[in-house]
Amino acid sequence: MGIVEGKFSDNFITSKVDSLVAWARKSALWPMTFGLACCAIEMMASGAARYDFDRFGVIFRATPRQSDVIIVAGTVTHKMGDAIRKVYDQMPEPRWVIAMGNCATCGGPYANYAVMQGVDEIIPVDVYVPGCPPRPESLMWGVMQLQKKIEQEKYIRR
Amino acid sequence: MVGVANVSRIDQQSTLHGTEELVINMGPQHPSTHGVLRVILKLDGETVNDLDCDIGYLHRGTEKIGENINYTMFIPYTDRLDYIAAPSNNLAWVTAVEKFFDWEIPMRAQYIRSMVGELSRIASHLLWLATHALDIGAMTVFLWCFREREMVLDLFETAFGGRLTVNAFRLGGLHEDVPEKFLQLTQEFVDIFPSRVDDYETLLTNNRIWLQRTRDVGIISAEDAMDLGLTGPIIRGSGVKWDLRRAKPYAAYPYLDFVVPIGENGDIYDRYLVRIEELRQSTYIIQQCLEQLPGGPASCKTPRTIKPPEGEIYHSIENPKGEFGFYIVSDGTTTPYRVRIRPPSFINLGGLKKLCVGQLVADVVAIIGSIDIVLGECDR
Repeated sequence: MGIVEGKFSDNFITSKVDSLVAWARKSALWPMTFGLACCAIEMMASGAARYDFDRFGVIFRATPRQSDVIIVAGTVTHKMGDAIRKVYDQMPEPRWVIAMGNCATCGGPYANYAVMQGVDEIIPVDVYVPGCPPRPESLMWGVMQLQKKIEQEKYIRR
Repeated sequence: MVGVANVSRIDQQSTLHGTEELVINMGPQHPSTHGVLRVILKLDGETVNDLDCDIGYLHRGTEKIGENINYTMFIPYTDRLDYIAAPSNNLAWVTAVEKFFDWEIPMRAQYIRSMVGELSRIASHLLWLATHALDIGAMTVFLWCFREREMVLDLFETAFGGRLTVNAFRLGGLHEDVPEKFLQLTQEFVDIFPSRVDDYETLLTNNRIWLQRTRDVGIISAEDAMDLGLTGPIIRGSGVKWDLRRAKPYAAYPYLDFVVPIGENGDIYDRYLVRIEELRQSTYIIQQCLEQLPGGPASCKTPRTIKPPEGEIYHSIENPKGEFGFYIVSDGTTTPYRVRIRPPSFINLGGLKKLCVGQLVADVVAIIGSIDIVLGECDR
């Protein structure tokens, strides 16, 4: 700040482009409502009155075209895998993924022919939230972890 | 050649203004299908000519898992069938397995089972009302319903430690007696809740938009509903007084007083009214349980390894969504030979075509909401 201090009038602030963009990105994470199973109910509870995700700028969208982050909430079966990949491909960059719950993380209690052993087999996951299902507080923790990760991302040179 | 020309003309006349049939896909990622249901709609303009359901997007092989683990270990898996009302599923499984034996389940356990079952019915109906109203466009109802649903989840947490998938009951009774605080908090909830139901009704029951979207939409007659094997609020909305809590009483229901509400027209509005009345009746049942709750142990003596005799059993209970049953074949070992789940959502979903054909495409969302499906138990 030393060199530029006092050079501008009062309405200007100085910052790095990276931190400015990261601040903007992390403050309005719009997740896609991708409820698959039990975890979806806790995800809905997170958005409802008591936990109120809107406080963090997390506003659920119903379409991948308008969303930044996909919260994979629930058991991913092999049949559902194609649909998840298609939805992920439709999301504009930059995009992030939260795997919510044990099923999306590693298959959870379902180790059999029908269930994919973790959503990271088809899409890259940024944050894993443990629990069966995770409480809304856990999901809140997951979103804050993702915000910390976004803060460290470089915008100009990746 | 003349014949062919005639046929094509008849085909054209059968659709409005000679338009072509339009096939559209709805789901599996659609906010109004309540999970991962896929519906393929064939439309003539805005009218639904035909539809086809594609299910299995949440098939987790629960029945097969049941054949490989023992009877006690399967209780947490039943939580994840109808995850909106998890204790109800636990109740279905433990009562089904207990049918193999002649254990005397203590009355205290029976009353607590009924009470928690009714609490889960309230939780389920609140989530149904929240999402159904949200689909039709009422946001406030969603926030209000979740406010009370959190109260019910808090009660589960006090008694069993879990919020959503609670693993509430054990074979022979409960895991341990519920804490005194649970009973106090339940009493507080019962005192508050009826006035909150009145609040929901002020938002919806006489709302002009709600009436236009729900009244005379998705009608099903009592005969059709019985032919399709529909159960739960959907058949009661059509005027059939069929409730397994009355027809085949289990837990403490023989000693409890309640009214089975029924509708008249069998449309979405009647199903809504039936469920709203069930919320009140459930509160009344919980009040009675609290008043009549006997003392004594919360579980009977059970053997260390559960080994039912050879044979087969079918037992079903009235879940919030309809008849939820288990068919178990035992070969005398510690694991079942076959577990078959009779899910209400799967069979109620069979009525979707009957309900939707001839309706407008916008009503399909409202009709799916009024059936109240949950894909966890539908696909199993």
